[in-house]
Amino acid sequence: MPGSPLLPPTSDLELGRRAWRRSRARRSTLVALVSTVVFSALAYLTVTSAPGWPRVRTTFFDLRVAGETLPLIAKGLLFNLQVLGISAVLVPLIGLLVALGRTVRGPAFAPLRFVATGYVDLFRGMPLIIVLYLVGFGLPALRLQGVPTSYFVLGTAAIVLTYSAYVAEVFRAGIESVHPSQRAAARSLGLTHRQTTRLVVLPQALRTVTPPLLNDFVALQKDVGLISVLGALDAVRYAQIEVGQRFNFTPYVVAGLLFVLLAVPSARLADAVSARARRRQQAGNLL
Amino acid sequence: MRRRPLPVAVAAAAALALTACAPQGEESGSAAGSSSPAGTTADECAPQSLETLEPGTLTIATDQPAYEPWVVGDAPESGEGFEAAVAYAVAEQLGYSEDQVTWTRVPFNAAIQPGERPFDFDINQFSITEERRQAVDFSSPYYTVSQAVITTAGSAADGAAAIDDLKGLRIGAQVATTSLDALEQVIDPDTDPVVFNSNDDAKLALQNGQVDAIVVDLPTAFFITAAELDDGVIVGQLETPDEGGDQFGLLLEKDSPLTDCVTRAVDALRDDGTLADLEQEWLADVADAPVLS
Repeated sequence: MPGSPLLPPTSDLELGRRAWRRSRARRSTLVALVSTVVFSALAYLTVTSAPGWPRVRTTFFDLRVAGETLPLIAKGLLFNLQVLGISAVLVPLIGLLVALGRTVRGPAFAPLRFVATGYVDLFRGMPLIIVLYLVGFGLPALRLQGVPTSYFVLGTAAIVLTYSAYVAEVFRAGIESVHPSQRAAARSLGLTHRQTTRLVVLPQALRTVTPPLLNDFVALQKDVGLISVLGALDAVRYAQIEVGQRFNFTPYVVAGLLFVLLAVPSARLADAVSARARRRQQAGNLL
Repeated sequence: MRRRPLPVAVAAAAALALTACAPQGEESGSAAGSSSPAGTTADECAPQSLETLEPGTLTIATDQPAYEPWVVGDAPESGEGFEAAVAYAVAEQLGYSEDQVTWTRVPFNAAIQPGERPFDFDINQFSITEERRQAVDFSSPYYTVSQAVITTAGSAADGAAAIDDLKGLRIGAQVATTSLDALEQVIDPDTDPVVFNSNDDAKLALQNGQVDAIVVDLPTAFFITAAELDDGVIVGQLETPDEGGDQFGLLLEKDSPLTDCVTRAVDALRDDGTLADLEQEWLADVADAPVLS
């Protein structure tokens, strides 16, 4: 700022310091650039000249196999997306209800709290694949009337059961993170418990838990692939069929990459949402 | 961030680590893969000259669990069951006595992994296909199998006499099997096939009524309907989609030095009638299921 009339002219000493800093910055950029290039070249040469590389390439990265299997695997992914769509609607609903059940006050609601706590403990602790087997093969084995036999319904139900338990805990954490003074203030204004929850607690809680909820959504995107154990022809199962026919692992890599592609937009969305929340919460804050 | 040489040092160290480890790790895999001798003479098939996993013993793999009628009681060491008997016959043909045979268990889908395998050969109803040959070696076939449709009494598939009767039904099979190929190519049902991780899951779904029928190979069909399902019914056999039928071979590592010798042993057993005798002993009642057309 040499032109500013209010400040004394910048001293030569300071100018010299700045020039030195600039030159150091240039130098470190250059060093980073060179070391990255050298490292990449070494890594590339090491990997491609390794004696097993051709074998690895044909086993995992066979472009011909990838091209041939992509349409089938993508078709299977549509099935995963259907399961994902339904779960993504049901899971937050059930999760929120369970969280409210766990946080509701008053001695009369004790059984509700016990049931909600028991549900969360059970389904958050049980491996999803066991829930899938129990619901998918176990329920129809009872041969009760009205129990569906479709793997789509049963598999989705198992996933919703498990994920609702996780999401309920996220909601509960959000609800409990609202400061007690907020609740006290609302009650002192004459709001009932229900009004307090709806108008004061939940809006603040939901804002806090949006990033972790989106994180669970990304996890859900991958776990819908587990539904294949019930016989569904989804992306994972199509990949498995092709691997079995060809004895080549490229289809697994293709299916894996498709799931990654699915997760990347959600991950960026989660980042954007948390950045926005941070901006809003810290609005007016000089730091 | 004062010491600028740091990034270079890190890069150099990482590169060193890479060059130090990577080739070594890869080498063991490729050495096993490319150490196939050019030609094999008859003398090389004797136990002293065979390059087995453990010198002097033959390590044979099968599934965990292994099913009847292929292996009786999940105990291949007894030699009971068609595949257990064939495995011991091949071992004997190569010159190994019974106590020089070691059994190991490798799941069906794990047998196809690249790299070193923990067996000399694997006997687990592996169908020989050209595509699989790119990843593993097969011996000559020891059994030609057909596929069969099974169901439970009273289901929609019970009493079907032709393939057209099955087209509208929900039919399942185990993933990565030629049973699934036959289901897709021969029956070609109107709805997508239901594909299970194992025949056990397929059986559960059949009992639950989640599928109307399942496709398994014929010897397994006889065992499941007779011993495992309460009211199991064999609907019928399927014509094999491929020319020459669906043949089981012993699975060996790609370019295994043993492939030629094992193939020669299987050929000898076929020629002297041993395989036919074993088939008669363990798979006798398999022949008479109606063929669906």
